[in-house]
Formats: sequence, C-alpha cells, structure tokens
Amino acid sequence: MPNCRTVVPFSGTPEQEQKLREVIARYKGTQGPLMPILHEAQDIYGYLPEEVQATISEELDIPLAEIYGVSTFYSRFSLNPKGEVKVSVCLGTACYVKGAADVLAEVEAQLGCKAGSVTSDGKFSIDADRCVGACGLAPIMIVNGDVYGHMTVDRVAGILDSYRGEVE
Amino acid sequence: MTAVETYSAILSQIQAEAPNAPVRVTVGMATCGLTAGAQPVYDKLKDLLASEDGVAVDRVGCIGSCFLEPIVEVFDAQGGRTTYIKVTPEKAVRIAEEHVKGGKVVDEYTIAGPDGPGDAPTANVEDAGFYKAQTRIVLRKCGLIDPEDVRQYVASGGYSTLARVLDTMEPQQVIDEVKTSGIRGRGGAGFPTGLKWQFTANATSDDGVKYVTCNADEGDPGAFMDRSVLESDPHAVVEAMAIAAYAVGSSQGYIYIRAEYPVAVRRLEIAIAQAKEIGLLGENILGSGFSFDLGLRLGAGAFVCGEETALLTSIEGNRGEPRPRPPFPAVKGLFGKPTLLNNVETYASITWIIENGGDAYAAVGTENSKGTKVFALGGKVKQAGLVEVSMGTTLRTIVETVGGGVPNGKTFKAAQTGGPSGGCIPLEHIDTPIDYNSLAAIGSMMGSGGLIVMDEDNCMVDIAKFFLDFVVDESCGKCVPCRIGTKRLLGLLEKITSGKGTLEDIEIIEGLCAHLQVSPLCALGQTAPNPVLSTLRYFRHEYIAHVEEGRCSAGVCKELLQYSIDPEKCTGCTLCKRKCPADAIAGEKKQPHVIDTAKCIKCGACLDGCKFGAISRG
Repeated sequence: MPNCRTVVPFSGTPEQEQKLREVIARYKGTQGPLMPILHEAQDIYGYLPEEVQATISEELDIPLAEIYGVSTFYSRFSLNPKGEVKVSVCLGTACYVKGAADVLAEVEAQLGCKAGSVTSDGKFSIDADRCVGACGLAPIMIVNGDVYGHMTVDRVAGILDSYRGEVE
Repeated sequence: MTAVETYSAILSQIQAEAPNAPVRVTVGMATCGLTAGAQPVYDKLKDLLASEDGVAVDRVGCIGSCFLEPIVEVFDAQGGRTTYIKVTPEKAVRIAEEHVKGGKVVDEYTIAGPDGPGDAPTANVEDAGFYKAQTRIVLRKCGLIDPEDVRQYVASGGYSTLARVLDTMEPQQVIDEVKTSGIRGRGGAGFPTGLKWQFTANATSDDGVKYVTCNADEGDPGAFMDRSVLESDPHAVVEAMAIAAYAVGSSQGYIYIRAEYPVAVRRLEIAIAQAKEIGLLGENILGSGFSFDLGLRLGAGAFVCGEETALLTSIEGNRGEPRPRPPFPAVKGLFGKPTLLNNVETYASITWIIENGGDAYAAVGTENSKGTKVFALGGKVKQAGLVEVSMGTTLRTIVETVGGGVPNGKTFKAAQTGGPSGGCIPLEHIDTPIDYNSLAAIGSMMGSGGLIVMDEDNCMVDIAKFFLDFVVDESCGKCVPCRIGTKRLLGLLEKITSGKGTLEDIEIIEGLCAHLQVSPLCALGQTAPNPVLSTLRYFRHEYIAHVEEGRCSAGVCKELLQYSIDPEKCTGCTLCKRKCPADAIAGEKKQPHVIDTAKCIKCGACLDGCKFGAISRG
C-alpha cells in the first residue's frame, strides 16, 4: 500500500498527559476501569500511542501486553493517528447492497490510500465502518462527522474537494 | 408515603410546571432525522415560534419513517395531528407562519402531498397504509416525547409502572407476569425472558450482589432498532431495568452500548442523570427502600461482544472473548456474580407487559412467538425505516405494504434476516409468517431485527461472501474452527466469485459449513455458515452459473464481467473512449469502437456513459 503512513513519532503534550492522569485517577479502583480509560485516552490523543498505553499500564498495574491485547482487539481503538479529515464509508448490509463498496473504492482511488490508513501527508484518513445505523439513507459516507446519505460514486470527488480547503 | 403517592406528587409537580401549550410542534431528531437535516429545521421553528403564546416546539425521537425525514408534526389545540415530511428550513417557515400561526394546513408539504408515500389518505401519519399495518408496543412513545426530558416521559405515564410494582407486587409476581406474557429474548436467540429472570432470581451469591445488564451492542450491520429506541425513548429501558432489578434482587445495573451510537449514548446519560435527580433511580427509589444504580459501559467495535459472555467479559475490561457455558450468566456472570442480561427491545417491552398484564401481551402474535417485533427495514425498498409488527405478520406485508415494495421497477429477489447469523428468504417464501419457528424452518432466523431487501441486481454469492468477510473480521480468534474455518470458507467463496471455482468447491463448502455449525464455542462461529447455506439452498443456480458458465447474472462479480460494443449501434462518438480510465477502448471517430478485454478493468464507465445503448455487459 503506497502513500500510507503506519507509524508516526509520538508527540504528546504535557497538557495531554495531565488529562490522561486525571482520567486514570477517576477510574482507578472502580470495577473494570480499562475500557473507559482507553476510550477517554483516545479522545485525548486521537489514537492510542504505545507511550500512552505504557502510562496506563504503570498506573493500573496491568501488564502492557494485556493492555495491548485489549487495544488491538477492538476495532474502534486505533494505534495509528487519524487524518485531519476523517472519511468513513459505511459497509453495513443496507449500504453494501446499495453500492457502498463502489463508493469506498472511489474514495480510496481519490485519496490514493486504503481504508484503515492515512495519506502520507497526514491530511486524510479512510475507514470502513460496520454500520452507523442510518440505514434509511444508505449508502452513507461520513466526513469529519458530516453525514452524506444516498451516496453515489460521482459525488465523492466533489465532497472530498470541499474539505481540502480545511487542511491546506 | 407509598411509592405510588410519591410518584403522584412528582407527576403533579411536573404537570403544574409544564408550559401552557395547547399547540405542540415536534421535530424528529434521532440519527436518521439529524442526518437528513432536522437540526436547522428545529432551529428555524424555535426561532420563529419562541415568542408565540401557547405553542411548544419539541425535539422528539424517531417515528420510524426514515424515508420521509426530516419530519415535523403539528398537534393542534383540537387534537388534530398533521405530519409534514422532507421538511427544509424554507418549508418550516411556511409551516410556522401559515399553519401554526395562521391555522391553515400547508397541504403540499404533508404526508398526503405530492412527496408522500402515496398510501396516506390524510395528513396524519396514523392513517397511512405503511403505518396502519404496524402494531406499536415497543415504539409506542417513540417520536412523541422528548427523549432528553424526563418530565415528558413521566407526563406520559412513565415510571408509574415502577411505582406500582414497588408498592403492590412481590418480585415473584413480576417474574410470573413476564412468564405469562411469553416474551422471548429479542436479541435474536429467542430464549424465554421470564425463565431467564427466574434463574437469576433463584441464584445466590456469597455477598448478595447481583447485576442487571442490558445488551445495547447492536452489531448486526443493517440493524438499528436498539439505537432508535434508545434515542427516542431511553427511559423505557431505564424503567424496565429498575423493574427487573427489583424482580431478581439486584441493586446495580450496566448498559453496554456501542460507542458508534453517540446520540444514543448521550441521551442515555441524560436519562440516567435526570431520573436520579427526581428520585426515580438511585438510592431509595420513590421512598420505597429499594435502590438501583445504573451505569453505562461503551463497547469499542467488536461484533462478538453481542454474545452474552463476551459482553460481560468486555465490561470487566478484557478482550471480549466468549466463555464456555455453563455456568450461565444467571448463575455466574459479571464479576462472577449472578447476572441478568436482556436486549434493549426486550426491556422496552417490559413496562407495557406489567402495565397491561402478561395475558394482554400473549394475545398478540402467534402460538410460539408472542407479542411484536421491531425490524430495521432497509436495502432495496422504497420506504426504509423502523417498523414494528405483530409476530406472524407475513414478510410480504412488511416488504410490500410497510416497505412500499422494491423501487425502480426492479423485482424482489430475497430478504435477509438475522444478519451474519441469519439467512435469505426467497420469493417463494415471501408469504411466510414472521416468527421464531417459521423462520428457522426455512433456514433463516429472527435475529435482532435487521431486514434487508435485495433485488435482481444483488448477487447472492457476493452477499454470502460479504457476510463471511464480516465474520472473518469479527471472529475473536479464541477457537480454531471459527478462526480458521471462516477464513477457508471465505477463500472458497472468493474463488467462486473470481471465476476460478469448481463444482467440487461447492461440495467442500457444504462440508466445511457442517463442521462449522457444531464446533465453535459461541454462536458467532456456529451461525457463521448460515448465510452461505441459505443462499446455497435457494440460489444454488447462481453458484453453478459462476462456476460452470463464468457468469454473474446480477453483474456484481467484476472479474466475471465482459463488456462489448455492438458495432451496429455504435456511432463512433468517442465518448466511451474518452471516459475509459484504462485506455481499453480503441476506434476512429464515426467508426464503431472496440474494447480490448485484456486492458478492461470492468469499471462500467463506458456503459453508463453511452447514449446509444451500444455497450452491453454479459
């Protein structure tokens, strides 16, 4: 897969770390604290860098391997950062039978990278969602939280173009 | 004071403080409505009507008609109901000015107008054909109350059942009522709910701790019943969980909900906080001495967590891998304690059952499947949305009357129920009454309620491959038959859709499916072959056509397609040549063109572009 970044150096700020430690403190001692902490850590950093998982490991006294096991088990947790513009195409059944696979292929062709990865400039990332539950509007594409229903292949380029301004 | 008296005091106060608004304007603002543009419509109406005396503008949930969103309804002072569809901020201006302020209905924007479904004789959605064919128990308050305001739920009678249960019913009486209703688990497996409650009530733990949990990890792609209920009427689930906790002897509950549903998560958080604030949840509910606390746990995108033991393992903070049963969760579940786990829709039926009696519920539906079922109807139907029908309704009624049939003049090929665990129902079985046993008899299953309609343009081998691909992704990897077996199965299907399959492959597939049905630990693996087996059962000819003739009649499997130009019809306009991204078309201007099949990437751009119908696909 050319044009795809998979590893980036960690660049967390002291503010982020402080927030992370607050989150850990809040859940420490409750039952089953790991999942809520990972969720909030991902909200803080946008993804779950190894360094962050190591901090959680130390604080909760859970082996890093175990945390890595959990963070890689769930598809919503990402070990790589997302692009500034997050594009996702729903591949749930309702969307699929209405041509979502073609829409995704067009997004991949337009951006030159595959679902699950980021463009080399870090500006766009593509995800294939499993079902966002808005099947009445299938097929669905979501860009930075904006939902585009009844998608067609023809509309992809225009919609992506309208976000290029935001990252340039 | 009794719980009922305390409740009455809360209700009176809410009624006394309620704004005097004989006219109510509602905007459907669940995910479907919001994605269709309900927010600007709501803002516009608020803006125009904020200072209007006697008019309230309310955010409500989903009435289920996704295909008509955004929906605005006007409930006038005389008790009339007008349903406006596909509303834009511009249309909202006329609705506010002419109808709400002027008293004159804007006919052309209503459901009976030109943009409507065509089966609505009046402007009131309740008279529309697709709505009348439904029986709404779970969805009875959806789309009518503000899901972010507990006062509206209480004003509509909400929490009165909990109050009455706490005052007048013994826990065993509650369980008996649920047993009488005959309701079976709506998550898909169909286990009798009353029995589950009884097992949990009978179980003991060393420190007396038990948990009541709710499965809102709606992972079946193409299903959104639970999302809609939680976004539209979250208190129905909260109240039912409190009743369940009282019945089984628990004081702590968790709702496990997928993080992909941000609106539902937020509304549940609000619902729990508001219910606690006015004493309907938490310590000493309604002064009865009974306490029940409720928390949320977010899933993180793992389909297997819909399996009960995997879900509980995930709440505990682990990889969501299933555990062997027994012990069942009712005996040893969350954190090793007896745990009741029901699905959202099951809980959402409970208050109605207790309120109206188990017998009344059992009177709806069929012999072995009582009550109603909510379906998320989608795919190739004109009227996609959320529908609730009594058990025993035929698939034909759902697809044709409620769904409006297949659009664009295409023909119905099959309906898929049960998602990756279910199967396809072909045209020959379209008159099958929908209930647990009838669906199982024809090789499908009830499932959680996803119902996807497919037409002639869908390739059934490709659909089987789609579900297998899903299962391969979602297999947790714990047991070998599922981890390896589904992967091999997918490989064989890919071989067939790429034109390299043989008849022997079909036999191998069937053998593999038989093993897979019995070997894995949990239902995810055991049911994974279902979409393959059911498409093989009803659409074997499509598999054979792929293998023997190298042909995909639906035109989906790209590697099997051949594009050609009819030299008689081709005018040599050069459009296809210019459109072709692979430079595979050659020809002089005003001379018939030809496609180089070796270069052709089968994208179909030429076919879509040709104005003379000269290009065909076979």
